[in-house]
Amino acid sequence: MDDAIRILIGKPGLDGHDRGAKYIARALRDAGYEVIYSGIRQTPEALVNMALQEDVDVLGLSLLSGAHNELFPRIMSLLNEKGGDDILVFAGGIIPDEDIPGLKDIGIAEVFPPGSPIQAVIDVIEKWRKDR
Amino acid sequence: MSLHDERNRWEEETLAPVLGKFPERHDGALTTASGLPLERVYVPEDAGLTADESTFRERFGFPGEYPYTRGVQPTMYRGRFWTMRQYAGFGTAEESNERYKYLLNQGQTGLSVAFDLPTQIGYDSDHPMAFGEVGKVGVAIDSLADMETLFANIPLDKVSTSMTINAPAAILLAMYVAVAEKQGVPPDKLRGTIQNDILKEYVARGTYMFPPAPSMRLITNTFAYCTEHMPLWNSISISGYHIREAGSDAVQEVAFTLADAIAYVDAAVHIGLDVDAFAGRLSFFFNASPDLLEEVAKFRAARRMWARILKERFGAKNPRSMAMRFHAQTSGAALTAQQPLNNVVRVTLHALAAVLGGAQSLHTNSYDEALSLPTEQAARTALRTQQILAYESGVANSIDPLAGSYQVESLVDEIEKRATEYIAKIDAAGGMVRAIDDGMIQNEIEESAYRFQREVEEGRRVIVGINKYEVANEPPVDRMKHDAEAEQRQAEEVARVRVHREANAVQTNLARLESAARDTNGDLMEPILECVRSYATLGEISDTLRTVFGEYRQHTAV
Repeated sequence: MDDAIRILIGKPGLDGHDRGAKYIARALRDAGYEVIYSGIRQTPEALVNMALQEDVDVLGLSLLSGAHNELFPRIMSLLNEKGGDDILVFAGGIIPDEDIPGLKDIGIAEVFPPGSPIQAVIDVIEKWRKDR
Repeated sequence: MSLHDERNRWEEETLAPVLGKFPERHDGALTTASGLPLERVYVPEDAGLTADESTFRERFGFPGEYPYTRGVQPTMYRGRFWTMRQYAGFGTAEESNERYKYLLNQGQTGLSVAFDLPTQIGYDSDHPMAFGEVGKVGVAIDSLADMETLFANIPLDKVSTSMTINAPAAILLAMYVAVAEKQGVPPDKLRGTIQNDILKEYVARGTYMFPPAPSMRLITNTFAYCTEHMPLWNSISISGYHIREAGSDAVQEVAFTLADAIAYVDAAVHIGLDVDAFAGRLSFFFNASPDLLEEVAKFRAARRMWARILKERFGAKNPRSMAMRFHAQTSGAALTAQQPLNNVVRVTLHALAAVLGGAQSLHTNSYDEALSLPTEQAARTALRTQQILAYESGVANSIDPLAGSYQVESLVDEIEKRATEYIAKIDAAGGMVRAIDDGMIQNEIEESAYRFQREVEEGRRVIVGINKYEVANEPPVDRMKHDAEAEQRQAEEVARVRVHREANAVQTNLARLESAARDTNGDLMEPILECVRSYATLGEISDTLRTVFGEYRQHTAV
């Protein structure tokens, strides 16, 4: 399928809690997308390289340690530098509401709190597919 | 002999010697709220039933006696409540030291140190891998200097301290011993626990450093050190908690935790330690999850299984070796970011399961856990939850009060049966280290986690506030704010330590550690202690070991 959307679910930072990341990866695959999971403890550089090498359309970031305000901006600026600025980026994990506007400002399309249904993620991807 | 006679025997043989040393809270005069008399421990005859005495002894027995189904101490909470031990730590050592002193002032009875992720993975705060993570999920410790600050004005001969540290557990234990030395407290007076459980890091928690073989060696080195020098210290806390958080069910939690425990005992016996010399200091850590009765059954089943495993599989002779002491923590994964105050109720139910299940110590989560680290108010409410259970609920006034419930006892048997089958499967696969290497355990956990989440998504499993009774536009709750400067301050502090120490001593000690590590049979605790005393940093010691041991890489397939 030529128009299949390719997705990388990435775990930047040092936290090893990837129950959510693995669930999202598998549920998105069940929904018909091509999905790769990075595994835990990836640097921003490694994740961005993986996204570009794998030629993904979408990058989902999962972080539960509270380091999102440091790591997500670095990932976004690396993506821009290296020509990955057309990739749709969304995020999930333990991310306080008040941090969300700042993350959207740097180009993260949506931030999903714990307990978000998978359909909410799919809706964001499908809306982006239509609009692109 | 009736079971009443049997209870009299227990009171004379097992209870009386302990009562002499540790009297009951109210001198045995505990009653219900309305003044009804309470037995210490109930038997079928108290409910007008009869039971076959030998079956009763084999399956349940009495508290403090094999097979420990009913609890590990003869007095349980009638003597002393469980230790209320709240996991805490954030930012720098100075800030965490303040929080510990606050918690001790509020009536907390033991410390539990949360380290940040760079510390847990052996990186100094100025290492590139530490970027953004310093002081976030716990306190940053780079060297003995930080550890001295962390425990300043906390007398280490008076508190017990649990440290959630795994891959570099030997290094942090050495720092604790060295701080105690400076306070004039010898290691044999220290009480506490290091988590030191690497196998569950590979399958569930992720803070591994080295491959399994050298990791197991570090663990048996700490067993040997603790056996010789630290008789009051728990050399490991074999943890099902994170396995459950990663998505396993209750049976898998018991089975995989006990399979990990079997691997550690095997490894220690293999290097020549006598099982009865160290098994009494092995401790456990379980999750207290939402299904109240299943959880109570789980704790009771785990105790009985461990007693049988130690006796039958390892030939232990000392009853202490067979008694499973465990810490419990309420489930983090069961808490919701939506309508967070509902979590206070959830935590109460989880904590009740742990208390009815006979936990030795307990951490109750804060209601804001799905949002951030706890605020001071949320942390206090969590501690108050335990105090209300202890002082107001009455469930601590008799021992193992749910024993004899047809449902609970049937669940205990079923959990034991299914977990035993799992352990047999793991044995057949070549043991737990092999089963982890093959990805078998990870797959099992992932399948359960996926199944659970699908049930939630499809509404077959209701979580209040998530897929039923949602509210729009919730008012915001207070959140703990991270100190954005902590990383910078901590990086400067470790740089300062590197300048102000005796460089030659550090180099010599690190070189000695490296050669000890290359000798595959050598002890590593003493060389690590020397490194720590000379203010070698956690990162330097870890890098030295990485040079020799290499690093573990997870294979991921989803």
